[in-house]
Amino acid sequence: MQTGINRLEIKDFNLYYHRTKALEDISMMIPEKKVTAIIGPSGCGKSTLLRSINRMNEMIDGVTVEGQVLLDGEDIYQQDIDVVELRRKVGMVFQRPNPFPKSIFENVAFGVRMGDNVPAKQKLEEVVERSLKEAAIWDEVKDRLHRSAMELSGGQQQRICIARALAVEPEVILMDEPASALDPIATAKIEELIFRLKEKYTIVIVTHNMQQAARVSDFTAFLMLGKLVEFGPTEKMMTNPGSKLTEDYITGRFG
Amino acid sequence: MNSKGHLRKIKDRIKIGLTGSAVLLILAILAVILGTVIIGGYKSISWEFLTQPPKEGMTKGGIFPAIFGMVFSLLMMLIAVVPVGVATAVYLHEYARPDFILTKLIRGAVNNLAGVPSIVFGLFGLGFFIQFIGGSLDRSLGQSGLFGQPCILWASLTLALMNLPMIIVATEEALRAVPQAERAGALALGATKWQTIQNVVLPQAIPGILTGVVLVVSRGAGEVAPIMFTGAAYYLPYLPKLPTDQFMTLGYHIFVMTTQSPDIDATMPIAMGATLVLLALTFSLNIIAIIIRSRTRSQLRKGR
Repeated sequence: MQTGINRLEIKDFNLYYHRTKALEDISMMIPEKKVTAIIGPSGCGKSTLLRSINRMNEMIDGVTVEGQVLLDGEDIYQQDIDVVELRRKVGMVFQRPNPFPKSIFENVAFGVRMGDNVPAKQKLEEVVERSLKEAAIWDEVKDRLHRSAMELSGGQQQRICIARALAVEPEVILMDEPASALDPIATAKIEELIFRLKEKYTIVIVTHNMQQAARVSDFTAFLMLGKLVEFGPTEKMMTNPGSKLTEDYITGRFG
Repeated sequence: MNSKGHLRKIKDRIKIGLTGSAVLLILAILAVILGTVIIGGYKSISWEFLTQPPKEGMTKGGIFPAIFGMVFSLLMMLIAVVPVGVATAVYLHEYARPDFILTKLIRGAVNNLAGVPSIVFGLFGLGFFIQFIGGSLDRSLGQSGLFGQPCILWASLTLALMNLPMIIVATEEALRAVPQAERAGALALGATKWQTIQNVVLPQAIPGILTGVVLVVSRGAGEVAPIMFTGAAYYLPYLPKLPTDQFMTLGYHIFVMTTQSPDIDATMPIAMGATLVLLALTFSLNIIAIIIRSRTRSQLRKGR
């Protein structure tokens, strides 16, 4: 399978909620600077798999994992891994826009401010401007940087959240159904943005929307009941799936 | 309309009537209390009453030392109770695992503490703070009667202890109201747990914590039982300067004027005036806090 360079690899990965197995023997390579979509019916473990890549599952009680997630060849579940450091390398955008009730500027500067060396004001302003430009929202907010992010529309808030994740210069960006709470126009903007962001970042996106997966992703992983059914180039998955299950799901026979 | 519909309507009216009359009853009681206090007390209120100490065996003069002592003791109480209460709530809500036995124990202890009668706190303060801690301090310092006697410090700590559950519960309530998604957002950006609490959670919890502070101040101002053994004085010819001084305070002053007076005709108007002042103070405290709260809230919405 031709997947380009691999920086992120999931290897024999199992995850349990208490005793229930939520993910079973997942192994996949996530190619660098491409968009990888994770699709599958509700409750199949898409979000759980995504949140395993930056160890956000640790917020939930009773989660245990087996196997490895390798980032740049290093297992992120190793004892001596600094979770804070990991999350700076692997940014995340959530399903619902979740800006802080702070100004637009403070939202974008947040991650940088929480770092070890907070840059001087001028440098910080540069970082905020760069991130907002990368998230394609600079022109809409440049005159109101010090107004609250809560005043923005849902789509704008989501792009602020993307800018916020970009500000700490991650390598990988995880997106958990980033457009599911947005209207079609805002969704189109987010998708356009994803398309441009993959020039610089490795992107993993969870979506329940088949068309969206087809539009934005280069590779697709199809998950069902916690198992990886199929992984491959999106085009092949959509036109000539290797498994009957995938075909049934994609053609809308269940889901 | 059929008879069933009629019956339903009548039942409905009865219920509205019952709940409505309960509200009216409460309002009437409040009106009677306020009316009695205002009618009995307004004649005593004057600039002198508020700024002068009692005179002529407390049958004349003002209540300034009692106001001063109350503010002094309440401030000290807040200094003690707010940091401890907020820290406990943060631990319980943000760090402790809810199913952990220690968490359950602490929660149970907090709830029990809230149910303890205030006079018990007063006796506890006398036994623990004054005799045990104060006495030990005095012995080790080679002093006598410096810490081992009733004073503002011990009275404030007793009040703080009594009010601890209220601050904890109010703070936990406020922490619960902060969306989990914002915590996740901060953690996903590489903030540590403490940074998340400090920069995202606590700023949003402040209005709720302030509500707790207001309740605690009002309650602290009104309670007499916890302080009557631990620091409140019947009469002092001077204002307290140090935390180790005794103090006069409004609630206790009212108690003294109404029950311990040799000349009730002379002291009753003073007691009524003092009551009016106490009510007005707690009332305006509440209003100030409501204003602060709504302002922080709208500021938060605007993102500062």
